[in-house]
Amino acid sequence: MPGLVLLVLVILLVVWAVASYNRLVSLRNQVTNGWKQIDVQLKRRHDLIPNLVNTVRGAMDFERDTLTTVMDARAKALTATGPADAAQKEGQLSAALGRLLAVAENYPTLKSNENVKMLQEELASTENKVGFARQFYNDIATKFNISQQVFPTNLFAGSFGFKPAELFEVANAADREVPTVDLSRK
Amino acid sequence: MNLYEQQVANRRGTWMVMLAFVLFLFVLGLGFDAFYLSQVGGFVPIGSIVALGIGSVSAFVSYANGDKAVLLSTGAVPVAELLPSASESDALKLRQLDNVVEEMAIAAGLPKPAVYVVPDPDPNAFATGRGPGRSSIAVTRGLLDTLDREELQGVIGHEMSHIRNLDVRLMTIVAALVGGVALLSDWARRGMWWGGGRSRRRDDGERGGGIAGVIFFVVWIVAIILAPILAQLLAMMVSRQREYLADASGAELTRNPVGLAHALEKIDAAVAPTQSINRGSAHLCIADPLGRRVNLREGSWSDAFASHPPMAKRIAALRAMAFEPRGDAT
Repeated sequence: MPGLVLLVLVILLVVWAVASYNRLVSLRNQVTNGWKQIDVQLKRRHDLIPNLVNTVRGAMDFERDTLTTVMDARAKALTATGPADAAQKEGQLSAALGRLLAVAENYPTLKSNENVKMLQEELASTENKVGFARQFYNDIATKFNISQQVFPTNLFAGSFGFKPAELFEVANAADREVPTVDLSRK
Repeated sequence: MNLYEQQVANRRGTWMVMLAFVLFLFVLGLGFDAFYLSQVGGFVPIGSIVALGIGSVSAFVSYANGDKAVLLSTGAVPVAELLPSASESDALKLRQLDNVVEEMAIAAGLPKPAVYVVPDPDPNAFATGRGPGRSSIAVTRGLLDTLDREELQGVIGHEMSHIRNLDVRLMTIVAALVGGVALLSDWARRGMWWGGGRSRRRDDGERGGGIAGVIFFVVWIVAIILAPILAQLLAMMVSRQREYLADASGAELTRNPVGLAHALEKIDAAVAPTQSINRGSAHLCIADPLGRRVNLREGSWSDAFASHPPMAKRIAALRAMAFEPRGDAT
């Protein structure tokens, strides 16, 4: 009789372990997928920037500094590896872009240019997509991390090779302020 | 109710509606058998079999293609078709709409739905489809012209959460079947006055019918007369509580309840009814396209007969989420 009870207990334990393991694997895949979504949007932004810079270059010839900062920040962002690093470099790129768009506000020819407006919409949207992808990624990454850290899953999560996922957070306080620039404002 | 429970409830609801529709047709078929065949003779219940067949097929077709029917009935045009011929400022608007839908899809972690524009000057929007894998969001031209980006995002976030929690599946099938029921009962009623009336006079002298026959007849009549009303009621019932839920979870996607609150204010201020959207798909919309007064009230009567909650309440709820308690809600 005690043998039977022990057997049932062992079976329950195994079932629980398998279930938790599978849950963690599924969450890990969701986290990877969430990160890919951010990556797609970041790439899109990197592709859009040269376009924007070329379009505004003619009109903003003497704002060379602003343009160079953006291109430099983009070049740096291209080399980022992993969420934490990317978050920091992309944050700087966001700030540089925000400054560029703010400065562009002073040029009436740019403000009325349909091409610039369209580019601005694309950039604003990409910015949003990065934001929403980050929101989704951070939510799922937090869920993954919590599942690993709660007792009793924390007893074995590490030994099966599960590591907490890095969150994608804007690194320094100045970058936290999302630049809100609207060239099309009437 | 969390997201998972909402999805389960909507899946179950979809099955129930389809089942009810098939049963309704079956009753029509039984009535046909009881009154027409008994006079002609024969034992094969042709009416019931045909009705069951038609019912199952049309329920299945509604499930599979209800979204197409709804989009067709409103005259919605895909954004991709509008873009090439659009003027520059118009192209910007359409591009913005497309972008906003993609943003919300990313926020919800879903595939991007198809985007449509309904050529109607009144601001309104709806989502339709089977679920995240196949879904469409349609907005009216008036909505595009009235709302700014932030407000548009609020509206699209609302529609996206209808898609995510599978409201679209249930509401689309209701829309498709409400239309079907109305058509069928109309047809059956006309058939009854023609054939049924004449044969019943002959019936009186010969057999006087049986108790079972009378019961069938009553059920049949009731089914025929009540079906369109019940279908309409169903459409209204499935919609009301869902709008509050979609407002809340839409705001969770945008993290900006005020955007949607502003959008609802603007939609509410536009008094004109949305003419392109008919009664059958009214419950799909973010605001009642018919502008019915019953939507303004709360209580069990309005809960049964209104398709949408009072706009002022929705706006107040959204403002409360943003810790911004103003507005004229009472």
